[in-house]
Parts: sequence; C-alpha cells; structure tokens
Amino acid sequence: MAKNDKNFSRRDFLKTSGIATGALIGGGIIGGLIGANTNQQDTASSPPGTPQESLGSPGGVRGLVFFKNNAEFEILNQATERIFPEDDLGPGAIGLGVGYFIDQQLSGSYGENSKEYMQPPFYEGGITQGYQSRLKRNEMFRQGIQLMQQEAQSRFNANFVDLEGEQMDEILTAFQEDEIQMKGTTSLFFFRLLRQATLEGAYADPIYGGNHNMEGWRMKNFPGHQTAYINEIDSEDFVDIEPQSLGMEH
Amino acid sequence: MVTTLDSVDVVTVGVGWTGGIIAAECAKEGLKVVGLERGRERGTEDFSIVHDEYRYAIRYELMQDLSKETITFRNNRQQRALPMRQLGSFLLGEGLGGSGTHWNGQTWRFLPYDFQIKTMTDEKYGANKLPAEYTIQDWGITYDELEPYFDRFEKTAGISGEDINPFWGQRSSPYPTPPMKKTPILQRFETATSNLGLSPFMLPSANLSEAYENPDGQQINACQYCGFCERFGCEYGAKTSPEITVVPAARETGNYEIKFNANVVEVMKEGDRVTGVRYYDTQTFEEFIQPANVVVLTSYVLNNAKLLMVSEIGQQYDPESGQGTLGKNYAYQILPGASGFFEEQMNTFMGAGALGMSVDDFNGDAFDHGDMDFIHGASLSMTQTGSRPILHNPIPPDTPSWGADFKRASIENYTRTLGVGGQGASMPHRENFMALDGTYKDIYGVPLLQLTYNFTDQDRALHSYITEKAAEIMQEMGAKTVVAGNPISDYDIVPYQTTHNTGGTIMGADPATSVVNNFLQHWDAENLFVVGAGNFAHNGGYNPTGTVGALAYRCAEGVIRYSREGGSLV
Repeated sequence: MAKNDKNFSRRDFLKTSGIATGALIGGGIIGGLIGANTNQQDTASSPPGTPQESLGSPGGVRGLVFFKNNAEFEILNQATERIFPEDDLGPGAIGLGVGYFIDQQLSGSYGENSKEYMQPPFYEGGITQGYQSRLKRNEMFRQGIQLMQQEAQSRFNANFVDLEGEQMDEILTAFQEDEIQMKGTTSLFFFRLLRQATLEGAYADPIYGGNHNMEGWRMKNFPGHQTAYINEIDSEDFVDIEPQSLGMEH
Repeated sequence: MVTTLDSVDVVTVGVGWTGGIIAAECAKEGLKVVGLERGRERGTEDFSIVHDEYRYAIRYELMQDLSKETITFRNNRQQRALPMRQLGSFLLGEGLGGSGTHWNGQTWRFLPYDFQIKTMTDEKYGANKLPAEYTIQDWGITYDELEPYFDRFEKTAGISGEDINPFWGQRSSPYPTPPMKKTPILQRFETATSNLGLSPFMLPSANLSEAYENPDGQQINACQYCGFCERFGCEYGAKTSPEITVVPAARETGNYEIKFNANVVEVMKEGDRVTGVRYYDTQTFEEFIQPANVVVLTSYVLNNAKLLMVSEIGQQYDPESGQGTLGKNYAYQILPGASGFFEEQMNTFMGAGALGMSVDDFNGDAFDHGDMDFIHGASLSMTQTGSRPILHNPIPPDTPSWGADFKRASIENYTRTLGVGGQGASMPHRENFMALDGTYKDIYGVPLLQLTYNFTDQDRALHSYITEKAAEIMQEMGAKTVVAGNPISDYDIVPYQTTHNTGGTIMGADPATSVVNNFLQHWDAENLFVVGAGNFAHNGGYNPTGTVGALAYRCAEGVIRYSREGGSLV
C-alpha cells in the first residue's frame, strides 16, 4: 500500500502550523506568541537527539505497537484526519500524531478494557444503560477499520485511503448514523469511540505520543502544565502563555 | 482460611472524609481505631505530575477499578438491570482520601428547609403539594441542631467564604478564611445577577484563599489557581482533603492504623450487635476478620448500602409495599443550566474547583412554589474551575460534531464560553431505590448493588424552571449566543453528570421510616454506625460534602458516647 505523503511531512507541518499561528496572531490575538513560535521552530530544526525534537517519541523514533500492518494504521490516520483536519489554524490528526497515540492506547489498559467490568452475562441493554458489549476497545477498532475499508470497496471500488475527503466523510457519516452493521457492537458506538480518541490524541499531553510538539494546545491556547495562575487570574485581558508538557525538563 | 485479628475499639470501612473524621475524633479520645481502605496509600507527594487531563480526567486514575466491582442499573422495575461496565454518570473514588481527594471543594451547609422539608412543605402548601409517591420526609435533626457540627467541619477544612447570603441558616462563627479571588469572570456574574435583583456571593471553597492551620494543628496551604481540581489531587496541599487533615491528626495520636488493600465484604452480626467485619486483601485474596466493639461504615453511598444488604442488617425496602427502609430514597442531583458564547477571549483555563459565585434566590423555599408543580430548587453558580482541552469542546448549536467546522468552532469557543450551572435538589420517589442484584457479582463473589432510578415529573419541572433562570443570567452577562440546557427525559448512566448520589441508608426519627437515628446509629444494631450522603433523606440544592462532614462529626460524637455509655443514643 502506498504510504500517505502527509505522514512523512511532519516537519513541513510544523512550519505550516507556525505560519498559521502567526497569521492568527496577526488577526489580533496576542503578540507575545510570535517570538515563542519562532523559538519553537528553531528547536524543531535543531540537531537530532534534542528532547524537543522527539516529544512523545523517546529516542526520536516512532513505531506501531498494536497494529500489525501499515494498511490498518493508514486507514485510522485518514479517518482521524477527517474528524480533526489540518487547516489554517494548524495541524490535523495526522500532523499531531493522533494515530500513534491511538495505537499505543489500544495496546494498553484502554484497549484491553482492564478497568472495566467485563463479566458475563452480556445482554443488549437500553441506551441509558451504556456499553454492554463483550468486545474490548481494541477489537472494536480493528473491526471498525476493516469495515471502513469494506465500505470503500463496496461504495467506491477503491481503498479507503485513496478516497476523496468527501467520500471518506460519507463512510464516517454512515458509521455515525448507525447504518453500518457491526459484530458485537454498533457503528455509532464505534464512531463515538473513534471521535473521542481523536480528540484525546490531539489534546493529551505529548508524553502519550499525540499532540505533537504541543501544537494541539497551541492552537487552542491551552498552556498545558503550568504550576500556578495566582498572578495572572485577576487579569482583565486574555493571557497567552507558551505551553509546557509534563515531559519537558524544567 | 480466615485469619482473625486482635479486636479493636472502632473499625471504619473506608478512609475518606467520614472515615478520617471518625478516626481523628475517636483516636483523640483514646479509642483504638483501625481503618480498612480497599485502595492505596497516597498523599500530596503523589500529585507532583498531576496536571495530566488524559490520565486523571479521562482514564480516571483516582477512581474505582470497575473490573473488580461495579453496580447494575435500570431505569425502572420492568427493565433488566445491567452492569455499569464503564464509569460515566458518576465517578466513584478509591484510595486514601476517597472522593475527598478528587473533589472540587464546594462546601455547603444544606438549608434549614432541607432538614424539615416535609413539615415545612406541608405547613406552607398543604399535605398534597407533591403526589404521595414522592417519599419526602424530615431528617430527624434540625439545621440548628446540626450547626455546631457544620462549624466543626468548616474549621477542620479551613473553608474560604463570606456570610452575605440572605437565604442561609444562622452561623455561629464566620468562615475560617476569607473568600477566594473574585476574578473578572466572576465579576461578570456578580454584575449580571445584581442587575437582576438577585443576591450573589462567593461560593464557599475548600481550595483555600490563604494558608491556614486547623484546630487539630494541620496545615492547609493557599490555592495557586492551577485549574486542576476535580478528578485530580492537589500538589500544593491547598485543596482540603482527608489525607492532609483528619488522617494525619488521627495518626499522630498513636491510636490509629490504616490497612490498605483491604476490601470489606461483610459486617459480622450476632443477635442485635455487630462483632466486626470480614475483608479480603485485594492483592493476595487472603481473608481476615477484624473484630471491633464498634463498626462504622464510612465508604461511599452505594457501598455502605450494599454492605448492609449482603450482611442482612435491616429490612430491604420494597417499592411494591413501601415497607422496609434499606435502599429507600435514593436520590441524585438535577442539573439545570445555560451556556453563553462570547466575542472576547477569557482566561477559562485558569481556576480552582470551588472558585465561583452563586445565588440562592431559586433554591430551597426562597421563592413561592404556590403556582409551581415542584418543590425546592437549585443553587445557581458561575464557577471557574479550569477548562481543559479534551473535555471542553464547546460548539454553538448546528455546528457538526466533527470535521473542519467542528475543529474551528471548538478551538474558537474554548476560551470564549461560560456556563451558569445549577445544583438542583432531587426528591425521592417510591420507584427510585437500591437493592442487591440477583445475577451479577463482584470479584469476591458478592452480589453487586442494583440501582433502579429515573428522573420524575418533579425533576423535569424543577429543571425546566431553573434552566430558564440560568439562561436569563447568561443573557444579562452579555453572551452573544445563549444556549439553555436541553430538557431532561430519562436518566442516562453514560454521560458524566455528578458524583452526588444520596440516600439508601437514610437518617430519621422513626425506625419505621429510616435506617439510622440522628447520631447515624443503626436502629437494629446499636454498635453499628453508617455515615455519609446515604443518610440524606433527599438531596438538596448543593454539593453534599459540607453536610456529610457535619454528619461525620455528629457520628463521631455518637461513637465516643456509645463507647463509654452503651445503649441507644436517642
């Protein structure tokens, strides 16, 4: 399968998002961020091995720990990018590393439902009774991704990753509207899980592998881990603060 | 094989606010106390990397591990009850401090009206104001009787507040520390509510405005407004919690021991007395019996009720006949409110869990209910608790929930949205109750608690009336778009609402209609005490912890008196 170009242009993303944020600042937010962003770009292009380069990816490498082939991963990437796309504000899900975030989560307690009550018997409940499936989250994701590919083939006779954005949206909408038959769960439930995991990957601390370089936080003006706001909280004006990760040395 | 341990004076099941208060008071009086806590030891030193929304607020680091134990739920008796397989509507705490570690710190005293709700409602509106299936009743104690215990709890906790609210009961002393900062966001609420003729005041807070030493000699630090309170622990020791106050106070006496990873599964009973508790070590599954002269159930509402049910102490409530008291009057909280979208960016990511301003003009019986088809009401507050980006993606109506328009709108409005929210009272109904589940069990083989609950017409009417008031305030605050909360229909256990579950082990003056007396002493076993929000005969229009803390001090006095004198305390 052809690799997605976007996946290999993370550094371009940084540049693009830096410019985009700059434009937003020009649009009248707060001037103080321009310098901060410039610095961020500088660190992003500093020599290999610097911690900023590899936030959320120890040693500067990334890889899959749950998905067993790149095809599944690329479908996930494209689907999350449709949910949270790149725009003039900054990177989308792919640029933020959301796919890697989800991959890691699926291999751990989230994917394995290890803190959920999973004892039988299983019955289909009322909507107000919540999740009643025997499936673990990582099984739902794997099945959901296979079905996205299947829908692409049956609707458009093409691979999901080669579809136009609107075609992908049509398939995602069918999941959201519960029109896709899933085994052991519903496509609406899976869609909500996918949407929520995408937002989590965009905005969780970069120590989890998403929110690359804190660009998710920067777009949203959320400063991440700050020790205190006792000196700023009385301010009548919005205070723009360069974000910090829990994983940074400080 | 069961190991029987040496007997102690008092054993508490769970070490949060109630277990910690009982322990501190009894240990200071020379009683030997053991606390059994199914979670882990933890303290301020464990919260130095707590500013992690994903780990704590999304993946629920501090919450109960449902793979071991959960509850089952149905909306009504006709439905099959099914397990709550994931946390959602409410978040059960686990570990030292319990929910008192991950709470927000909003610390209220219930209103005088709450404690005598049946008498006062009947007097003013006649006996048929609500249909008979609403099982409201007086609590067997008045506000004035409970006032000294409120005072004790607030002094232990160092609560920051101001006594300018015309609707509260009388206070015997001012708040121990001054109110928190009145930020620009709160000032907007103050101006708007004043313009509407309401009476705003700073919300009583357990995130302290200044450093404070409590009467036990424990130090609580000043809040830094970092914006990570609810679902988190405090890295400054500035959010009053059991593990920085009553627990160290108890330990300093030398009369207190906490056993961790100790999950109680049964209260042992012989005749009309209890003899101790049986528990499992959660790691090794070794089984122990801890004998005690007095047993105090100090775990969460749901587990306190479950332990009485599995131990067959008291009569299970039956909604068919209305007979029995155990599991009766389960109530929740009704959450009316309105969101406002503003033009300008605000510092919504800064805050503290109990940083807020409130009005009580629509709470309790502060307004005339003669023409209303409901009783009680809600406190309405603007809180600035610190919005975080995963959970806070506000979008105006008609914006899609994903894709390009969603991304733009949710980012734009993240720092441009405020909410006015109500803590609405919840009246008990004969069909809302707790029992034991007949199918599902926990990891120790004990049946799960079964919850049968739905919103009622009273709840829907209250919600709709108060939501309108919230929207009026938001309008007055200058929002460009005001979105009132959707009307409520059926209770749904999936989305988070509030961890203010109440009832099931209610207090009262009459053994025919309550589980414990007004010292929280069990009617059927005089050396057994049960304390917590389970004692509430209904839920009021506030967060529960202030009233829970007062009841715990009342209970501690009862345990001490009983240990000396024996017998029924009423």
